Amino acid sequence: MSIERTLRGKVAVVGVAETEYYKWGQSPEPEFKLALRAVLAACADAGISPAQVDGFSSYSNDRSEASHLAAALGTDELRVAVMQWGGGGGGAAAAVANAAAAIATGQAECVVVLRALAQGQFGRFGQGPRVATVSGNGAHSVPYGLMSAAQMFAMRVTRFMHDHDVHQNALRAVALASYRHAQNNPRALMYGRPLDEADYDASRWIVEPFHLFDCCQENDGAAAMVLVPADRAKDFPHRPCYLMGAVSGSHRGAGASVHNDPTYATASFTTVAPRLYEMAGVRPADVDVLQSYENFTGGVVMAMVEHGFCAPEEVNQFFRLENFVAPGGRLPLNTSGGNLAEAYMHGLGLTIEAVRQVWGESTNQVPDADVSMMIAGPMVTPVSSCIFGSQATQ
Amino acid sequence: MSNYLHSGLPSPVAAGDGLDRQFWDGLREEQLRLQRCRSCRGWQWGPEFCCHHCRSFEVGYEATAAEGTIYSHQRVWHPVHPALADQGPYVIVLVELPMAGNVRIVGNLLGDPRQPLQIGAPVTGVFEHHNDHEPAFTLLHWKGRD
Ligand SMILES: [Zn+2]
Repeated sequence: MSIERTLRGKVAVVGVAETEYYKWGQSPEPEFKLALRAVLAACADAGISPAQVDGFSSYSNDRSEASHLAAALGTDELRVAVMQWGGGGGGAAAAVANAAAAIATGQAECVVVLRALAQGQFGRFGQGPRVATVSGNGAHSVPYGLMSAAQMFAMRVTRFMHDHDVHQNALRAVALASYRHAQNNPRALMYGRPLDEADYDASRWIVEPFHLFDCCQENDGAAAMVLVPADRAKDFPHRPCYLMGAVSGSHRGAGASVHNDPTYATASFTTVAPRLYEMAGVRPADVDVLQSYENFTGGVVMAMVEHGFCAPEEVNQFFRLENFVAPGGRLPLNTSGGNLAEAYMHGLGLTIEAVRQVWGESTNQVPDADVSMMIAGPMVTPVSSCIFGSQATQ
Repeated sequence: MSNYLHSGLPSPVAAGDGLDRQFWDGLREEQLRLQRCRSCRGWQWGPEFCCHHCRSFEVGYEATAAEGTIYSHQRVWHPVHPALADQGPYVIVLVELPMAGNVRIVGNLLGDPRQPLQIGAPVTGVFEHHNDHEPAFTLLHWKGRD
Protein backbone atom coordinates (compact mmCIF):
# COMPACT_ATOMS: atom_id res chain seq x y z
CA MET A 1 0.00 0.00 0.00
CA SER A 2 1.42 3.35 -0.96
CA ILE A 3 1.04 6.20 1.45
CA GLU A 4 0.46 9.65 0.08
CA ARG A 5 3.10 11.84 1.67
CA THR A 6 1.64 15.33 1.79
CA LEU A 7 0.32 17.89 4.20
CA ARG A 8 -2.42 18.90 1.78
CA GLY A 9 -5.77 19.00 3.51
CA LYS A 10 -4.48 17.30 6.66
CA VAL A 11 -4.79 20.16 9.15
CA ALA A 12 -6.86 23.27 9.71
CA VAL A 13 -6.21 26.58 11.39
CA VAL A 14 -8.94 27.27 13.91
CA GLY A 15 -7.67 30.17 15.98
CA VAL A 16 -5.29 33.11 15.67
CA ALA A 17 -4.38 36.01 17.88
CA GLU A 18 -1.80 38.66 18.49
CA THR A 19 -1.08 40.88 21.46
CA GLU A 20 -1.04 44.59 21.03
CA TYR A 21 1.98 45.47 18.92
CA TYR A 22 4.58 47.89 20.24
CA LYS A 23 7.51 49.81 18.88
CA TRP A 24 10.85 48.17 19.60
CA GLY A 25 11.58 48.02 23.31
CA GLN A 26 8.22 49.55 24.22
CA SER A 27 6.42 46.47 25.53
CA PRO A 28 5.22 47.13 29.08
CA GLU A 29 5.36 43.38 29.70
CA PRO A 30 8.12 40.77 29.53
CA GLU A 31 8.44 38.59 26.49
CA PHE A 32 7.23 35.35 28.07
CA LYS A 33 4.13 37.08 29.41
CA LEU A 34 3.38 38.30 25.89
CA ALA A 35 3.73 34.72 24.67
CA LEU A 36 1.25 33.50 27.27
CA ARG A 37 -1.22 36.22 26.34
CA ALA A 38 -0.99 35.37 22.63
CA VAL A 39 -1.52 31.64 23.20
CA LEU A 40 -4.48 32.24 25.49
CA ALA A 41 -6.04 34.67 23.04
CA ALA A 42 -5.58 32.25 20.14
CA CYS A 43 -7.25 29.48 22.18
CA ALA A 44 -10.11 31.85 22.98
CA ASP A 45 -10.39 32.70 19.28
CA ALA A 46 -10.71 28.97 18.55
CA GLY A 47 -13.09 28.43 21.42
CA ILE A 48 -10.93 25.77 23.04
CA SER A 49 -9.47 25.34 26.49
CA PRO A 50 -5.72 25.96 26.70
CA ALA A 51 -5.54 22.61 28.51
CA GLN A 52 -6.12 20.93 25.14
CA VAL A 53 -2.98 22.36 23.54
CA ASP A 54 -0.51 19.49 23.26
CA GLY A 55 2.23 20.96 21.14
CA PHE A 56 4.19 24.10 20.34
CA SER A 57 6.05 24.97 17.16
CA SER A 58 8.28 27.98 16.69
CA TYR A 59 11.33 29.31 14.85
CA SER A 60 14.19 31.77 15.00
CA ASN A 61 15.30 30.43 18.38
CA ASP A 62 12.21 31.73 20.13
CA ARG A 63 12.95 32.07 23.81
CA SER A 64 9.45 31.12 25.02
CA GLU A 65 10.27 27.48 25.48
CA ALA A 66 7.60 24.84 24.91
CA SER A 67 7.82 22.99 28.23
CA HIS A 68 7.74 26.27 30.11
CA LEU A 69 4.65 27.36 28.16
CA ALA A 70 2.92 24.03 28.76
CA ALA A 71 3.58 24.19 32.50
CA ALA A 72 2.66 27.85 32.84
CA LEU A 73 -0.56 27.40 30.87
CA GLY A 74 -1.54 24.18 32.62
CA THR A 75 -1.88 22.09 29.48
CA ASP A 76 -2.86 18.48 30.05
CA GLU A 77 0.06 16.94 28.18
CA LEU A 78 2.93 18.02 25.93
CA ARG A 79 3.36 15.83 22.85
CA VAL A 80 5.48 17.86 20.45
CA ALA A 81 7.94 20.70 20.89
CA VAL A 82 9.38 21.76 17.56
CA MET A 83 11.93 24.45 16.74
CA GLN A 84 12.85 25.25 13.15
CA TRP A 85 16.54 25.95 12.72
CA GLY A 86 17.58 29.29 11.25
CA GLY A 87 17.36 32.92 12.20
CA GLY A 88 15.13 35.77 11.17
CA GLY A 89 11.77 34.82 9.73
CA GLY A 90 12.82 32.12 7.31
CA GLY A 91 11.07 29.56 9.48
CA ALA A 92 7.71 31.29 9.76
CA ALA A 93 5.95 28.94 7.34
CA ALA A 94 8.15 26.02 8.37
CA ALA A 95 6.76 26.36 11.89
CA VAL A 96 3.32 25.76 10.35
CA ALA A 97 4.70 22.84 8.32
CA ASN A 98 6.28 21.26 11.39
CA ALA A 99 3.13 21.68 13.46
CA ALA A 100 1.06 20.23 10.63
CA ALA A 101 3.43 17.32 10.19
CA ALA A 102 3.10 16.46 13.86
CA ILE A 103 -0.69 16.48 13.58
CA ALA A 104 -0.81 14.66 10.24
CA THR A 105 1.37 11.84 11.59
CA GLY A 106 -0.67 11.41 14.73
CA GLN A 107 1.91 12.82 17.12
CA ALA A 108 -0.32 15.63 18.37
CA GLU A 109 -3.89 16.87 18.25
CA CYS A 110 -3.68 20.60 18.86
CA VAL A 111 -0.47 22.49 18.12
CA VAL A 112 0.15 26.18 18.65
CA VAL A 113 2.53 28.05 16.35
CA LEU A 114 4.09 30.86 18.31
CA ARG A 115 6.44 33.83 18.09
CA ALA A 116 7.11 36.29 20.90
CA LEU A 117 9.43 39.28 20.85
CA ALA A 118 10.34 41.82 23.49
CA GLN A 119 13.68 42.90 22.17
CA GLY A 120 14.14 45.68 24.67
CA GLN A 121 14.54 42.91 27.18
CA PHE A 122 17.06 40.95 25.14
CA GLY A 123 18.89 43.21 22.71
CA ARG A 124 18.36 44.16 19.16
CA PHE A 125 18.58 42.39 15.82
CA GLY A 126 19.62 45.23 13.57
CA GLN A 127 22.83 46.43 15.16
CA GLY A 128 26.36 45.15 15.17
CA PRO A 129 28.24 43.59 18.02
CA ARG A 130 29.73 45.74 20.80
CA VAL A 131 32.75 43.55 21.38
CA ALA A 132 36.50 43.99 21.06
CA THR A 133 37.14 41.02 18.80
CA VAL A 134 35.17 38.90 16.36
CA SER A 135 35.92 35.40 15.09
CA GLY A 136 34.34 32.85 12.79
CA ASN A 137 32.11 34.02 9.93
CA GLY A 138 31.74 37.49 11.44
CA ALA A 139 35.50 38.07 11.26
CA HIS A 140 35.21 38.05 7.47
CA SER A 141 32.64 40.86 7.32
CA VAL A 142 32.33 42.85 10.57
CA PRO A 143 35.78 44.53 10.36
CA TYR A 144 34.72 45.85 6.93
CA GLY A 145 31.62 47.46 8.44
CA LEU A 146 29.23 44.73 7.29
CA MET A 147 27.17 43.60 10.26
CA SER A 148 23.48 44.52 10.02
CA ALA A 149 20.73 42.44 8.43
CA ALA A 150 20.12 45.14 5.82
CA GLN A 151 23.77 44.90 4.83
CA MET A 152 23.75 41.12 4.72
CA PHE A 153 21.04 41.18 2.06
CA ALA A 154 21.78 44.39 0.14
CA MET A 155 24.35 42.81 -2.16
CA ARG A 156 22.00 39.96 -3.14
CA VAL A 157 19.40 42.49 -4.18
CA THR A 158 21.93 44.69 -5.96
CA ARG A 159 23.15 41.73 -7.97
CA PHE A 160 19.55 40.75 -8.84
CA MET A 161 18.68 44.31 -9.87
CA HIS A 162 21.81 44.44 -12.02
CA ASP A 163 21.20 41.08 -13.69
CA HIS A 164 17.60 41.87 -14.63
CA ASP A 165 17.61 45.68 -14.90
CA VAL A 166 15.17 45.98 -12.00
CA HIS A 167 14.40 49.56 -11.01
CA GLN A 168 14.11 51.09 -7.57
CA ASN A 169 10.38 51.67 -8.20
CA ALA A 170 9.79 47.92 -7.90
CA LEU A 171 11.06 47.98 -4.34
CA ARG A 172 9.04 51.12 -3.70
CA ALA A 173 5.81 49.42 -4.80
CA VAL A 174 6.25 46.79 -2.09
CA ALA A 175 6.68 49.44 0.61
CA LEU A 176 3.70 51.45 -0.65
CA ALA A 177 1.43 48.39 -0.68
CA SER A 178 2.17 47.59 2.95
CA TYR A 179 1.59 51.17 4.08
CA ARG A 180 -1.59 51.46 2.01
CA HIS A 181 -3.12 48.39 3.63
CA ALA A 182 -2.04 49.43 7.12
CA GLN A 183 -4.31 52.47 6.84
CA ASN A 184 -7.32 50.15 7.16
CA ASN A 185 -5.88 47.98 9.94
CA PRO A 186 -6.22 49.45 13.45
CA ARG A 187 -3.72 46.87 14.78
CA ALA A 188 -1.02 48.27 12.51
CA LEU A 189 1.67 50.42 14.03
CA MET A 190 1.58 52.58 10.87
CA TYR A 191 -2.22 52.97 11.02
CA GLY A 192 -2.84 56.66 10.41
CA ARG A 193 0.66 57.14 8.99
CA PRO A 194 0.36 56.83 5.21
CA LEU A 195 3.34 56.74 2.87
CA ASP A 196 3.41 58.06 -0.68
CA GLU A 197 5.91 57.98 -3.54
CA ALA A 198 7.46 61.31 -2.57
CA ASP A 199 7.95 60.23 1.05
CA TYR A 200 9.69 57.10 -0.11
CA ASP A 201 11.89 58.86 -2.63
CA ALA A 202 12.91 61.48 -0.09
CA SER A 203 13.71 58.99 2.65
CA ARG A 204 17.33 58.45 3.54
CA TRP A 205 19.43 55.56 2.39
CA ILE A 206 20.18 52.90 4.97
CA VAL A 207 22.37 50.96 2.60
CA GLU A 208 21.90 51.08 -1.15
CA PRO A 209 19.55 49.83 -2.58
CA PHE A 210 17.46 50.11 0.61
CA HIS A 211 15.85 53.36 1.65
CA LEU A 212 14.52 53.66 5.19
CA PHE A 213 11.09 52.47 4.01
CA ASP A 214 12.53 49.35 2.40
CA CYS A 215 13.51 48.06 5.84
CA CYS A 216 11.20 46.43 8.36
CA GLN A 217 10.67 47.88 11.77
CA GLU A 218 11.71 46.05 14.89
CA ASN A 219 8.79 45.53 17.23
CA ASP A 220 7.63 43.95 20.45
CA GLY A 221 4.63 41.69 20.71
CA ALA A 222 3.53 38.10 20.34
CA ALA A 223 1.31 36.11 18.02
CA ALA A 224 -0.09 32.59 18.00
CA MET A 225 -2.03 30.24 15.75
CA VAL A 226 -3.91 27.04 16.65
CA LEU A 227 -3.83 24.00 14.33
CA VAL A 228 -5.96 20.85 14.60
CA PRO A 229 -6.68 17.81 12.38
CA ALA A 230 -8.66 18.76 9.28
CA ASP A 231 -11.56 16.50 10.14
CA ARG A 232 -12.30 18.77 13.10
CA ALA A 233 -12.22 21.98 11.04
CA LYS A 234 -15.98 22.47 11.08
CA ASP A 235 -16.29 22.23 14.88
CA PHE A 236 -14.96 25.75 15.46
CA PRO A 237 -16.34 29.29 15.21
CA HIS A 238 -14.38 30.37 12.12
CA ARG A 239 -14.91 29.18 8.58
CA PRO A 240 -12.68 26.19 7.76
CA CYS A 241 -9.18 27.14 6.70
CA TYR A 242 -7.05 24.22 5.53
CA LEU A 243 -3.34 23.99 5.00
CA MET A 244 -2.83 23.13 1.33
CA GLY A 245 0.94 22.99 1.48
CA ALA A 246 3.93 24.08 3.51
CA VAL A 247 7.59 23.55 2.68
CA SER A 248 11.00 24.79 3.70
CA GLY A 249 14.63 24.52 2.73
CA SER A 250 17.01 26.08 0.23
CA HIS A 251 19.07 25.25 -2.84
CA ARG A 252 22.49 23.59 -2.87
CA GLY A 253 25.12 25.65 -1.10
CA ALA A 254 22.75 28.36 0.12
CA GLY A 255 24.39 28.29 3.53
CA ALA A 256 27.93 28.82 2.25
CA SER A 257 29.52 31.46 4.42
CA VAL A 258 31.10 34.79 3.48
CA HIS A 259 28.50 35.41 0.75
CA ASN A 260 29.51 32.32 -1.25
CA ASP A 261 26.01 31.05 -1.97
CA PRO A 262 26.40 29.88 -5.59
CA THR A 263 22.87 31.02 -6.44
CA TYR A 264 23.45 34.35 -4.77
CA ALA A 265 20.99 36.73 -6.42
CA THR A 266 17.93 34.94 -5.10
CA ALA A 267 15.67 34.80 -2.07
CA SER A 268 16.49 31.06 -1.62
CA PHE A 269 13.14 29.80 -2.99
CA THR A 270 14.31 28.42 -6.34
CA THR A 271 13.87 24.81 -5.20
CA VAL A 272 11.36 25.50 -2.42
CA ALA A 273 8.58 27.19 -4.39
CA PRO A 274 8.13 24.35 -6.93
CA ARG A 275 7.70 21.91 -4.05
CA LEU A 276 5.08 24.15 -2.49
CA TYR A 277 3.00 24.26 -5.67
CA GLU A 278 3.37 20.53 -6.16
CA MET A 279 2.12 19.78 -2.66
CA ALA A 280 -0.72 22.28 -2.80
CA GLY A 281 -1.79 21.28 -6.30
CA VAL A 282 -2.16 24.84 -7.49
CA ARG A 283 -0.33 27.24 -9.81
CA PRO A 284 0.71 30.85 -9.26
CA ALA A 285 -2.34 32.05 -11.19
CA ASP A 286 -4.59 30.30 -8.64
CA VAL A 287 -3.30 32.40 -5.74
CA ASP A 288 -5.92 34.96 -4.74
CA VAL A 289 -3.92 36.91 -2.15
CA LEU A 290 -0.29 36.92 -1.06
CA GLN A 291 1.53 37.79 2.13
CA SER A 292 5.24 38.02 1.35
CA TYR A 293 7.65 38.70 4.19
CA GLU A 294 9.31 42.06 3.94
CA ASN A 295 12.52 42.01 5.92
CA PHE A 296 13.65 44.19 3.04
CA THR A 297 11.55 44.99 -0.02
CA GLY A 298 14.10 43.63 -2.45
CA GLY A 299 13.67 40.21 -0.91
CA VAL A 300 9.96 40.37 -1.66
CA VAL A 301 10.69 41.05 -5.33
CA MET A 302 13.00 38.05 -5.62
CA ALA A 303 10.71 35.78 -3.58
CA MET A 304 7.72 36.61 -5.76
CA VAL A 305 9.72 35.98 -8.92
CA GLU A 306 10.84 32.63 -7.54
CA HIS A 307 7.23 31.78 -6.72
CA GLY A 308 6.37 32.41 -10.35
CA PHE A 309 4.21 35.52 -10.07
CA CYS A 310 6.23 37.22 -12.79
CA ALA A 311 9.45 36.67 -14.73
CA PRO A 312 12.51 38.67 -13.69
CA GLU A 313 12.20 40.69 -16.88
CA GLU A 314 8.59 41.58 -16.00
CA VAL A 315 9.35 42.97 -12.55
CA ASN A 316 9.33 46.64 -13.52
CA GLN A 317 5.90 46.26 -15.12
CA PHE A 318 4.34 44.01 -12.49
CA PHE A 319 5.61 45.73 -9.35
CA ARG A 320 3.21 48.66 -9.35
CA LEU A 321 1.10 49.70 -6.40
CA GLU A 322 -2.21 49.29 -8.25
CA ASN A 323 -1.44 45.61 -8.86
CA PHE A 324 -0.97 44.98 -5.16
CA VAL A 325 -3.88 46.83 -3.51
CA ALA A 326 -6.87 44.91 -2.15
CA PRO A 327 -9.54 44.21 -3.10
CA GLY A 328 -9.17 44.76 -6.85
CA GLY A 329 -5.44 44.49 -7.56
CA ARG A 330 -4.09 41.68 -9.72
CA LEU A 331 -2.37 40.16 -6.67
CA PRO A 332 -3.24 41.87 -3.38
CA LEU A 333 -0.03 41.89 -1.34
CA ASN A 334 0.60 42.19 2.40
CA THR A 335 -2.98 43.09 3.16
CA SER A 336 -2.50 43.63 6.91
CA GLY A 337 0.32 46.12 6.38
CA GLY A 338 2.91 43.39 6.67
CA ASN A 339 6.18 43.54 8.49
CA LEU A 340 6.76 47.08 7.25
CA ALA A 341 3.59 48.72 8.47
CA GLU A 342 1.58 46.37 10.70
CA ALA A 343 4.32 44.94 12.89
CA TYR A 344 7.40 42.78 12.63
CA MET A 345 6.52 39.51 14.38
CA HIS A 346 9.09 37.74 12.21
CA GLY A 347 6.30 36.83 9.83
CA LEU A 348 3.70 35.24 12.08
CA GLY A 349 1.56 38.34 11.57
CA LEU A 350 1.66 37.59 7.84
CA THR A 351 0.71 33.96 8.40
CA ILE A 352 -2.22 35.07 10.51
CA GLU A 353 -3.31 37.52 7.82
CA ALA A 354 -3.19 34.74 5.22
CA VAL A 355 -5.61 32.77 7.39
CA ARG A 356 -7.87 35.75 8.00
CA GLN A 357 -8.19 36.20 4.23
CA VAL A 358 -9.52 32.64 3.92
CA TRP A 359 -11.86 33.27 6.83
CA GLY A 360 -13.10 36.48 5.19
CA GLU A 361 -11.98 38.47 8.24
CA SER A 362 -9.21 40.73 6.90
CA THR A 363 -9.35 44.50 7.26
CA ASN A 364 -8.44 44.54 3.54
CA GLN A 365 -10.53 41.58 2.48
CA VAL A 366 -10.10 40.11 -0.98
CA PRO A 367 -13.43 38.71 -2.23
CA ASP A 368 -13.55 34.91 -2.38
CA ALA A 369 -9.99 34.43 -1.19
CA ASP A 370 -9.89 30.66 -1.59
CA VAL A 371 -6.14 30.27 -2.09
CA SER A 372 -4.00 32.35 0.24
CA MET A 373 -0.20 32.18 0.23
CA MET A 374 2.39 33.22 2.77
CA ILE A 375 6.09 33.48 1.91
CA ALA A 376 8.49 33.64 4.87
CA GLY A 377 11.82 35.41 5.44
CA PRO A 378 13.45 35.71 2.01
CA MET A 379 17.23 35.54 1.46
CA VAL A 380 18.06 33.52 4.57
CA THR A 381 18.38 29.75 4.73
CA PRO A 382 16.30 27.76 5.32
CA VAL A 383 13.33 29.70 3.96
CA SER A 384 9.74 28.49 3.86
CA SER A 385 6.36 29.20 2.36
CA CYS A 386 2.83 27.88 2.72
CA ILE A 387 -0.64 28.02 1.19
CA PHE A 388 -3.96 28.01 2.98
CA GLY A 389 -7.24 27.16 1.30
CA SER A 390 -10.94 27.53 1.89
CA GLN A 391 -13.51 24.72 1.88
CA ALA A 392 -13.75 25.24 -1.88
CA THR A 393 -10.21 23.92 -2.33
CA GLN A 394 -10.86 20.62 -0.60
CA MET B 1 48.29 56.23 5.52
CA SER B 2 45.07 56.19 7.50
CA ASN B 3 42.76 53.24 7.52
CA TYR B 4 39.64 53.09 5.35
CA LEU B 5 37.18 52.85 8.25
CA HIS B 6 37.40 54.68 11.55
CA SER B 7 38.96 52.62 14.31
CA GLY B 8 36.85 50.96 16.98
CA LEU B 9 35.19 48.13 15.06
CA PRO B 10 35.70 44.63 16.46
CA SER B 11 39.09 43.21 15.46
CA PRO B 12 39.17 39.89 13.62
CA VAL B 13 40.85 36.97 15.34
CA ALA B 14 41.29 33.45 14.05
CA ALA B 15 38.47 31.11 15.00
CA GLY B 16 39.01 28.91 18.04
CA ASP B 17 38.64 25.80 15.90
CA GLY B 18 41.63 26.87 13.81
CA LEU B 19 39.67 26.75 10.57
CA ASP B 20 40.67 30.17 9.24
CA ARG B 21 44.00 30.72 11.02
CA GLN B 22 46.02 30.36 7.81
CA PHE B 23 43.87 32.99 6.13
CA TRP B 24 44.56 35.56 8.82
CA ASP B 25 48.25 34.63 9.08
CA GLY B 26 48.50 35.01 5.30
CA LEU B 27 47.08 38.53 5.33
CA ARG B 28 49.76 39.54 7.88
CA GLU B 29 52.31 38.47 5.26
CA GLU B 30 50.43 40.24 2.43
CA GLN B 31 49.34 36.96 0.92
CA LEU B 32 45.79 35.82 0.17
CA ARG B 33 45.51 32.18 1.24
CA LEU B 34 42.25 30.33 0.72
CA GLN B 35 41.11 26.74 1.13
CA ARG B 36 41.93 24.27 -1.59
CA CYS B 37 41.20 20.57 -1.57
CA ARG B 38 44.23 18.30 -1.85
CA SER B 39 42.08 15.52 -3.29
CA CYS B 40 40.04 17.20 -6.04
CA ARG B 41 41.95 20.53 -6.23
CA GLY B 42 38.70 22.47 -5.81
CA TRP B 43 38.76 25.85 -4.09
CA GLN B 44 36.23 26.77 -1.43
CA TRP B 45 35.42 29.73 0.76
CA GLY B 46 34.32 30.31 3.57
CA PRO B 47 36.41 27.72 5.26
CA GLU B 48 35.03 24.29 6.13
CA PHE B 49 36.50 21.12 7.59
CA CYS B 50 35.75 19.07 4.50
CA CYS B 51 35.60 19.78 0.79
CA HIS B 52 32.09 20.47 -0.42
CA HIS B 53 33.01 19.20 -3.89
CA CYS B 54 34.34 15.73 -2.98
CA ARG B 55 33.86 15.55 0.84
CA SER B 56 37.52 14.91 1.47
CA PHE B 57 38.91 16.10 4.79
CA GLU B 58 42.27 16.75 3.10
CA VAL B 59 41.61 20.46 2.74
CA GLY B 60 44.58 22.81 2.91
CA TYR B 61 45.37 26.43 2.15
CA GLU B 62 46.99 27.82 -0.98
CA ALA B 63 48.05 31.32 -1.89
CA THR B 64 46.19 32.98 -4.74
CA ALA B 65 46.45 36.35 -6.43
CA ALA B 66 44.51 39.17 -4.82
CA GLU B 67 42.95 39.99 -8.17
CA GLY B 68 39.27 39.76 -8.91
CA THR B 69 36.11 41.41 -10.12
CA ILE B 70 33.26 43.06 -8.27
CA TYR B 71 30.48 40.47 -7.94
CA SER B 72 28.23 42.85 -6.00
CA HIS B 73 28.55 45.94 -3.84
CA GLN B 74 26.87 48.10 -1.25
CA ARG B 75 27.23 51.75 -0.31
CA VAL B 76 26.46 52.07 3.39
CA TRP B 77 24.93 55.25 4.80
CA HIS B 78 23.41 54.30 8.14
CA PRO B 79 26.05 53.76 10.85
CA VAL B 80 25.66 50.24 12.23
CA HIS B 81 28.23 50.67 14.97
CA PRO B 82 29.20 53.60 17.23
CA ALA B 83 32.69 53.61 15.71
CA LEU B 84 31.09 54.53 12.38
CA ALA B 85 28.91 57.36 13.70
CA ASP B 86 30.97 60.04 11.92
CA GLN B 87 32.23 57.85 9.10
CA GLY B 88 29.81 58.97 6.41
CA PRO B 89 29.16 56.67 3.47
CA TYR B 90 31.52 53.80 2.72
CA VAL B 91 31.63 51.01 0.20
CA ILE B 92 31.71 47.26 0.70
CA VAL B 93 32.42 45.00 -2.25
CA LEU B 94 31.95 41.30 -2.75
CA VAL B 95 34.92 40.27 -4.87
CA GLU B 96 34.91 37.18 -7.06
CA LEU B 97 38.30 35.54 -7.52
CA PRO B 98 38.57 33.88 -10.96
CA MET B 99 41.97 32.42 -10.14
CA ALA B 100 40.58 30.64 -7.09
CA GLY B 101 37.56 28.90 -8.52
CA ASN B 102 35.40 32.04 -8.42
CA VAL B 103 35.06 31.99 -4.66
CA ARG B 104 34.15 35.36 -3.15
CA ILE B 105 35.42 37.47 -0.29
CA VAL B 106 34.20 40.67 1.34
CA GLY B 107 36.23 43.87 1.60
CA ASN B 108 36.04 47.63 1.29
CA LEU B 109 36.56 49.48 -1.99
CA LEU B 110 39.14 52.21 -1.51
CA GLY B 111 38.69 55.66 -2.97
CA ASP B 112 35.84 58.15 -3.03
CA PRO B 113 32.93 56.54 -1.17
CA ARG B 114 30.57 58.23 -3.63
CA GLN B 115 32.29 56.77 -6.69
CA PRO B 116 30.12 54.93 -9.23
CA LEU B 117 30.04 51.19 -8.54
CA GLN B 118 30.08 48.66 -11.34
CA ILE B 119 29.49 44.93 -11.10
CA GLY B 120 32.17 43.18 -13.13
CA ALA B 121 34.80 45.88 -12.64
CA PRO B 122 38.31 44.49 -12.08
CA VAL B 123 39.87 45.16 -8.67
CA THR B 124 43.17 44.43 -7.04
CA GLY B 125 43.88 43.80 -3.37
CA VAL B 126 45.38 46.28 -0.91
CA PHE B 127 46.57 45.02 2.47
CA GLU B 128 45.73 47.27 5.41
CA HIS B 129 47.83 46.50 8.47
CA HIS B 130 46.57 47.20 11.96
CA ASN B 131 49.84 46.86 13.83
CA ASP B 132 48.83 48.87 16.87
CA HIS B 133 46.27 46.25 17.91
CA GLU B 134 46.93 43.33 20.23
CA PRO B 135 46.81 40.94 18.52
CA ALA B 136 47.74 42.78 15.34
CA PHE B 137 45.75 41.96 12.22
CA THR B 138 45.55 42.80 8.53
CA LEU B 139 42.49 43.49 6.39
CA LEU B 140 42.28 43.00 2.62
CA HIS B 141 40.71 45.90 0.75
CA TRP B 142 40.31 46.50 -2.96
CA LYS B 143 40.95 49.24 -5.47
CA GLY B 144 39.99 49.64 -9.10
CA ARG B 145 42.30 48.13 -11.69
CA ASP B 146 42.58 49.14 -15.35
ZN1 LIG C 1 37.67 18.01 -2.88
